[in-house]
Amino acid sequence: MRIKLFIYLYLVVTILLVSIESRAEYGDVVINNYSEASGMNPVIFPHWFHRIRFTCKVCHADLGFEFKAGANKIKMIDIMEGQFCGECHNGELAWGTENCDLCHSGNKKMGTHIERSSLQKLLDLKIDERKRQAE
Amino acid sequence: MSVKQLKLIIISLVICFLSYNGNSVHNAEAASTTEEEKINRAKPKEINPFNRLHKKTKIKSKKIEGDGIHDFSGSGAKLLQNPDEAFLDMPKAKSGNSVDWVKAQDTGKIKPRNDLYDPDAEALVMELNIVREVKGSMPDVVFPHKQHTQVLDCTNCHPAIFIPQKGANQMSMAMNLIGQKCGVCHGKVAFPLSRCTSCHSKKKPQKELEKTKWKWP
Repeated sequence: MRIKLFIYLYLVVTILLVSIESRAEYGDVVINNYSEASGMNPVIFPHWFHRIRFTCKVCHADLGFEFKAGANKIKMIDIMEGQFCGECHNGELAWGTENCDLCHSGNKKMGTHIERSSLQKLLDLKIDERKRQAE
Repeated sequence: MSVKQLKLIIISLVICFLSYNGNSVHNAEAASTTEEEKINRAKPKEINPFNRLHKKTKIKSKKIEGDGIHDFSGSGAKLLQNPDEAFLDMPKAKSGNSVDWVKAQDTGKIKPRNDLYDPDAEALVMELNIVREVKGSMPDVVFPHKQHTQVLDCTNCHPAIFIPQKGANQMSMAMNLIGQKCGVCHGKVAFPLSRCTSCHSKKKPQKELEKTKWKWP
């Protein structure tokens, strides 16, 4: 009886752990150049969603996005004028700029970075090391 | 004592006896091997595929909620699509988005548009493999233009990141790690640097390998 109970408990716990655990998707870009200073949440750009619909070339060659997080210095006025994200996010091809919180959906107090990138992992290691040294 | 219990005891005894016998045979074999054979046995034949430090994280649910970067207190994040919904039919990969994007495009699972205004625009695909000879014992790097030109324009890489000339581009894995050269995409969005053999795919000739091999004293 007891063994059976343990097996059931073990199964339930593992299922719960597997189902709860979730993390940011590879290539999600957090953009916080001006957002938080202007009282908005940071922008999260999901690469996975966009690469299903467009090739890299469309944004990185035709629209002129740089290959570096935060290097584009995008401001809302540029998007409203139809540059950068505004080429598609104009209410015709994709949602327009009035849907603020669909893009500005990130947690506050995050700097501009790419989630789970190798550089970010290196920086996290460095931060952990400094914390340990401070202790 | 029931018949069932007796049977169990007999079977376990037989197993014990067999395993003990097997061990003794193995020991006798080991004793008869020469010193040279012992050394040969200890030599690693291929690159060891197992490393207990490389933990595999098995995360089945890919959801926006609770991913650590989305703010779920507002209404915006709740309306976004979850990755596991989008990745349902995609060919699987072991790292990155756990989606093999090149295969997905080749098999037609995704049909990304190549131009914002022209839905039928096709990419200019160039089939040219560049082999980069690598220092050390890692296999040489083969760079396939085909898979890259399917999604990228020539001007994305040339000449800002790579000078289109043989031997003109000095690079190292350290540069990739901090996001230069191949690391501009790989390790950020394209497949991560942990997939060594996806790039280091051409085995070196035996003569070259012999030079880098560590000799047994």
